[in-house]
Amino acid sequence: MLAGINLIAVLGLSLLTGFTGLFSFGHAGFMAIGAYVGALMTVSPTTTPSGLGLPFFVGIIAGGAAAGLAGYLIGRITLNLKGDYFCIATLGFGEAIRLILNNVQIFGGSRGWPGIPYKSSLPAILIADVVAVVVLWNIVHSRQGRNMIAVREEELAAQVTGINVFGSKMTALVISAVYAGVAGVFFAHYMTFLQPKMFAMSKSTELTIIVIFGGLGSISGSVLGALLLTALPEVLRAFDIWRLVVYGAAVIIIMISRPKGLMGGVELTPSGIRKVRAERKARQIAKASILATDDASDGVGGEA
Amino acid sequence: MGDLLQISNLTKRFGGLAAVNDVSFSVPEHGIVGLIGPNGAGKTTIFNLITGVYAATSGTILFNGQSIVGLEPYRIADKGITRTFQNIRLFKNLSVFDNVLTACHRSAQYNLLESALRLPRYRKEEKNLHAKAEELLSIMGISQWRDLEADNLPYGLQRRLEIVRALALDPKLLLLDEPAAGMNPDETEQLMSLIARLRDEFNLTILVIEHHMDLIMGICEKIVVLNFGVKLAEGTADTVSNNPLVIEAYLGKTEAS
Repeated sequence: MLAGINLIAVLGLSLLTGFTGLFSFGHAGFMAIGAYVGALMTVSPTTTPSGLGLPFFVGIIAGGAAAGLAGYLIGRITLNLKGDYFCIATLGFGEAIRLILNNVQIFGGSRGWPGIPYKSSLPAILIADVVAVVVLWNIVHSRQGRNMIAVREEELAAQVTGINVFGSKMTALVISAVYAGVAGVFFAHYMTFLQPKMFAMSKSTELTIIVIFGGLGSISGSVLGALLLTALPEVLRAFDIWRLVVYGAAVIIIMISRPKGLMGGVELTPSGIRKVRAERKARQIAKASILATDDASDGVGGEA
Repeated sequence: MGDLLQISNLTKRFGGLAAVNDVSFSVPEHGIVGLIGPNGAGKTTIFNLITGVYAATSGTILFNGQSIVGLEPYRIADKGITRTFQNIRLFKNLSVFDNVLTACHRSAQYNLLESALRLPRYRKEEKNLHAKAEELLSIMGISQWRDLEADNLPYGLQRRLEIVRALALDPKLLLLDEPAAGMNPDETEQLMSLIARLRDEFNLTILVIEHHMDLIMGICEKIVVLNFGVKLAEGTADTVSNNPLVIEAYLGKTEAS
């Protein structure tokens, strides 16, 4: 269940980090915004005076929209920053959100906010996951998605190819924030209790680790990463207090043996596999023909 | 025929250094113009100013009679100016085909929602984009490499792919920054005929920076010479190569005189 919820946030982050090349350490902040706004919609007024008691899907939409709006505002301010500086700015954003929530008393502040209805059933999460994957897949394989990839690959070349670099980054950030927000809503209605501590920096880092572990620029990698890394700490309960050490070691071993992550830019689909095959074949042909032209020019040289 | 590009009194300062100082010249429509000068003369800076990568300190750049100074680079590309780079800048990890497909993006109109839901317009236009990219690859004779990662292409073909990617924008003005760098005489000659062919087939105007004098002298109808950010001379290959200032810049002053 938690893996399915994490997956939504990871997919969003994957678009930003894996496909657009922007690292964010503040995605827990977007999740928090989604969670709190979503919960505000659904909590019944009898448990919390400010609650609206609306249906779950209203919560999802509102949570996603609120996080998207936050993403847009943050993007306006920070997206002109280069690489590492953007990363630091998102880190600050995530922490700021947590500290603000710590002090908002209507949501219980740091003591937490109980009484959120349980709505994140397994079928609901599965449907959300499927929709999230399909939509992300479609975006990545559209001109907008290709523009994001171009920005990741070579910003200057993207610009002179007529790509609005700022716009592409902004689109990626907003979509990514909406995904994180929706994940937050599901999270709130799964835990039925919210506390700002849940959205600390370690949560953001966890998401980033999953994306890198799964492989940058691969949706199937993100899916695998989310499933494995969310489940792993539970499976490792047998190791008792050592489990987080084993978890860390497992991540390190994978990253050393597969520096590009589990899937690294490759998709585990029929068309993805075909693409890898085609690339491999093309490389062989290329090698052969380069050797051939070398031979040919040697021949000419010999005659002369 | 009128001038497609008019540059007047263009100046770019980096701190106290005037990388480009009061340079004026024009590029006639459908012409091939060469921009030459010793290293550090400000040639690439002029390209960066035209494409909006740098903001000019002063001066005007008119394209089709409209000022393009201060526009974002992508807007300038939209107007029909694109370029290649001195140090090749391809989308390295993408296949040859994807490099070109990405650059075709301006030929489609569908919006993000249509992409996310794969609505009919997305399908239709995406099909056209694929067809266009395939066509460009085959016109330029690199179809056989379509699935190869751009980074793994032989060097000469990487340069060619960069030109193909630029063509995918349907540009009016193509700026080539040292397209023959690192090429042997054979390849340079092929490139020369390719440039001439491109102009006719794609109805282009071309401005080219180059150090290979035979290429410049061979295909350019007009040559602009720069040194230390200042324009030294302008004219046909003959007038330029006999200009004493140009000879001095390239060969130095004769001590005896």
